[in-house]
Amino acid sequence: MAQENNWVEVCKLEDIPQRGSRRVRTGSLQIAIIRTHEDEVFAIEDKCPHLGGFLSEGIVHGSQVTCPLHNLVIELKTGEAVAPDTGCVKRFAIKKENGNILMDLREAAREAA
Amino acid sequence: MKKKLVVVGNGMAAGHMLEELFDRGNDEYEVTLFGAEPRVNYNRIMLSPVLSGDKTYEEIIIHDDEWYDTHNVKLVKGVKITSVDREAKCVISADGDKTPYDKLIIATGSNPFILPIEGHYLEGVVSYRDLDDVNLMLDASKGKGKAVVIGGGLLGLEAAAGLQEQGMDVTVLHLMPTLMDRQLDSAAAYLLQAEIERRGITVITRANTEKILGEDKVEGVQLDDGTKIEAELVVMAVGIRPNIELAKECGLMINRGILVTDHMQTSDPDILSVGECVEHGSECYGLVAPLYEMAKVIAANLDGDMDAAYKGSVTSTKLKVTGIDLFSIGDFSEDEGREGIILRDAAGGVYKRLVISDNKLVGVVLYGDTQDGNWYSQILKEERDISEMRETLVFGQNFQGGPPLDPTAAVAALPDEAEICGCNGVCKGKIVSTINEKGLTSVDEVKAHTKASASCGTCANLVEQLLSVTLGETYNPDAAKPMCACTTLEHGDVRRLIVAKQLKSIPAVMQELEWSTAWGCAKCRPALNYYLLAEWPGEYVDDNQSRFVNERMHANIQKDGTYSVVPRMWGGVTTAAELRAIADVADKFNIPTVKVTGGQRIDLLGVQKEDLPKVWEDLNSAGMISGHAYAKGLRTVKTCVGKEWCRFGTQDSTGLGIKLEKILWGSWAPAKVKLAVSGCPRNCAEATCKDFGVICVDSGYELHFAGAAGLDIKGTEVLCNVETEDEVVEYCTALIQLYREQGFYLERIYKWAKRVGVEKIQEQIVEDEALRKELARKFYFAQKFLQIDPWREYVEGKDAHEFKPLAPLAEEVV
Ligand code: SRM
Ligand SMILES: Cc1cc2nc3c(=O)[nH]c(=O)nc-3n(C[C@H](O)[C@H](O)[C@H](O)COP(=O)(O)OP(=O)(O)OC[C@H]3O[C@@H](n4cnc5c(N)ncnc54)[C@H](O)[C@@H]3O)c2cc1C
Ligand code: SF4
Ligand code: FES
Repeated sequence: MAQENNWVEVCKLEDIPQRGSRRVRTGSLQIAIIRTHEDEVFAIEDKCPHLGGFLSEGIVHGSQVTCPLHNLVIELKTGEAVAPDTGCVKRFAIKKENGNILMDLREAAREAA
Repeated sequence: MKKKLVVVGNGMAAGHMLEELFDRGNDEYEVTLFGAEPRVNYNRIMLSPVLSGDKTYEEIIIHDDEWYDTHNVKLVKGVKITSVDREAKCVISADGDKTPYDKLIIATGSNPFILPIEGHYLEGVVSYRDLDDVNLMLDASKGKGKAVVIGGGLLGLEAAAGLQEQGMDVTVLHLMPTLMDRQLDSAAAYLLQAEIERRGITVITRANTEKILGEDKVEGVQLDDGTKIEAELVVMAVGIRPNIELAKECGLMINRGILVTDHMQTSDPDILSVGECVEHGSECYGLVAPLYEMAKVIAANLDGDMDAAYKGSVTSTKLKVTGIDLFSIGDFSEDEGREGIILRDAAGGVYKRLVISDNKLVGVVLYGDTQDGNWYSQILKEERDISEMRETLVFGQNFQGGPPLDPTAAVAALPDEAEICGCNGVCKGKIVSTINEKGLTSVDEVKAHTKASASCGTCANLVEQLLSVTLGETYNPDAAKPMCACTTLEHGDVRRLIVAKQLKSIPAVMQELEWSTAWGCAKCRPALNYYLLAEWPGEYVDDNQSRFVNERMHANIQKDGTYSVVPRMWGGVTTAAELRAIADVADKFNIPTVKVTGGQRIDLLGVQKEDLPKVWEDLNSAGMISGHAYAKGLRTVKTCVGKEWCRFGTQDSTGLGIKLEKILWGSWAPAKVKLAVSGCPRNCAEATCKDFGVICVDSGYELHFAGAAGLDIKGTEVLCNVETEDEVVEYCTALIQLYREQGFYLERIYKWAKRVGVEKIQEQIVEDEALRKELARKFYFAQKFLQIDPWREYVEGKDAHEFKPLAPLAEEVV
């Protein structure tokens, strides 16, 4: 099977508040699109490795997000939990083009499958 | 020729005085001693062991006949002196015999007080003062029947224990709420009562004896509430009165007792007095220690040493009932400026309380372990400065090494079972093992993990020492506790600097205070957002992204990602229309759970995020607004039905609660704020465990604050009493404003009060009227910007993005 990418537009940058996030669903998969204060954008699976909390509801600080349920912190650059906690979330590739946020749907679909 | 010394009364004081005199080698006096009791001098305080059968009369004799012979004392037994002829300088006995004196000493002791109630003269009613009384009781107890002891003081309890040992079925009646109320605080009295009852003695406190029943022999007693208690023997042990009959008869100056100088001289220079019959410096004593000191002074003076003078005594009490160790000395009332150190070992039945004022020990109560009683007496009497050994004082003398004292050594020496936190029953072993297992490094952490010092906090010092013992060098109690990893500043510093440097935005704070991170973290951002909001009302623009999800969503997130919605229900009062609207919302949005909360209102649980604005819209149109069940701010105001309906209600508690809720809602605070208003002291609204509580009383309102009933359970502190609803509102808003200005983020009112001091808060709110009014004004000013229903704002479209997920992405078939 060809490993082509299929970039689609998810939203505009300004749809996401700075230090905030939006949630997008594809199939059974929930994805948190998180925008940092520096306007970097990350996409991660919206499911905390601890007990599945929605990371899209967390407080965003630097390149990290704190889970709203029990305060686990995820480093968005790696998807890894910050010590002393452990665990990781799936990350998805993101592209910014002319203020639009693009995600690779094919990758997402593979993950959702 | 020898001087004639006549002594009236052959009791413990007289006996001791003579002993002291002879010990000095004095033989200038020809001594004649009159005793109304037909016997020699015996140890009155050991009558209780005679009653219980542990000792015989012979064993408690102090001076036998031989002693009087040896010292050439003429003892006249069983003879009462009835008058004194001061002109002629002689004493006159009941049968008219006259005995001349050069110096006369009156040592007539005291008389037991007999309640002048109906039936007090009946056969079988005895007092407890001398051997005859004991013999009467021993006779009565042969039948092993029922006895009532009136009086739960030292004497009464000793009598009760003795009679019970003799096989009688004993009931102690005590007028006051707690036993030995003059010598013990209520905690020790509680332990004592439990122990007395464990021995099978019935104790009835608050018992007011109305009459003694019986024809000519006693048959029982009746209390003023009608209760009747059968008894063949009634012992009255309700107190003593100085025996001043003789002094009064011959015209000496008297008050409660015979008035004496520091040289124990009465108003007649040739007549001295000693013992329980005297009043010195407005004190009358009922224990032997002071009498012995007086006796020593008289002996010295009689021997020509006029330097000796009596300066009054501090007395201590010990109860002599086998198996009960109890000691008390000094004053342990809870006056202002006094501090208590309490040690409890529940398993060992030990209670120790030291009362300290101005670095001096002023009162001691020991129960269960009285070993250090004397040592404490010493420190108390010498008025020693105890600041050096404050930390270890409660552990007693054995823990005091030579200076410098090391408090940690004392703590280190405690056994693992020693209870450190009395409130929560946490022992040393548990704290130490938790410190080790969890790697704890601060008192707060120990508090969180073990609950030690989580309640009254008086053991925080001990916990601190345990940390230091356990962690050794690595423990640094002074380490600043920064807000979070982004700064080295503590909450207090940050709050001060925000004001001092006029910092008005989160980036400004982070820049000026040199935050180590660009945009803080989930700990500092909500705190900073609050501090700025509280400091600059109307100016600061709330940073929604620095709020925890619940406050951002104005709903509580649930574990499955749905939300709960709690509309305000003012003061817990609702209407059929409101309930109908809630029911309609539940149906319309398929809300799975409708629950009555612990805060007197209704919770709709399991609402989908995207439905929130629509749910709010419907609730809004039925007149309901957000209940802020998620807020660090006013949550609920619980009320009871109060005066309008309740037969006990004294004020309109419901109306006042609603009024308060309408004034306070919407305000942000360091942590949640809960109120309650109860219509009377029955306190059905549980106002005494709230952040701020009101108990209505006939004369107005009792204001409470600093209670909690969550992670910690803490009863409130009383703020003050006020008379009008307007005052309630003023004090309440002022207090909450003060808390808004001083509290650290997530620090509830009770923790804030503990940190800054309850009295400090009272000073500012109660005593400083100008400040109170200013605080209330500031509160109202801030409310102008805060009392906006957040639901309505969202219904009107604010931050709509929060609730709308992005359009789902089409699934691509690969
Ligand atoms: C709904 C309710 C339970 C119920 O079904 O009755 C409740 C539910 C929650 N309580 Fe509570 N508490 C509720 C009354 C209480 C009470 C009783 C009271 O207020 O009279 C207490 C003890 C009193 C007190 O606060 O001192 C109480 C002490 C706590 C605590 C411990 C607070 C503390 O400082 O010790 C927490 C934890 C916290 O706030 O950090 C807490 C936290 C919570 C949270 C917010 C947990 C959370 O963060 O998600 C729960 C939210 C549930 C939700 O989504 O609605 N809840 N909670 C009650 C809501 C009352 C209301 O109408 O607003
Ligand atoms: C059961 C009991 C237990 C006690 N336990 C303790 C204790 O544990 N610790 C403690 O410190 N104290 C205790 N006391 C108190 C203590 O016994 C008294 O404080 C002490 O005995 C008082 O001494 P006194 O010489 O002043 O009086 P008393 O010992 O009462 O002596 C006075 C004597 O004078 C006689 N008398 C009175 N008037 C005349 C008169 N006109 N002519 C001739 N004789 C007269 C009386 O008959 C009596 O014998 C106890 C007392 C009792 C009764
Ligand atoms: S607190 Fe008092 S007035 Fe209120 S309901 Fe209870 S008993 Fe009635
Ligand atoms: S679910 Fe995220 S920390 Fe528990």
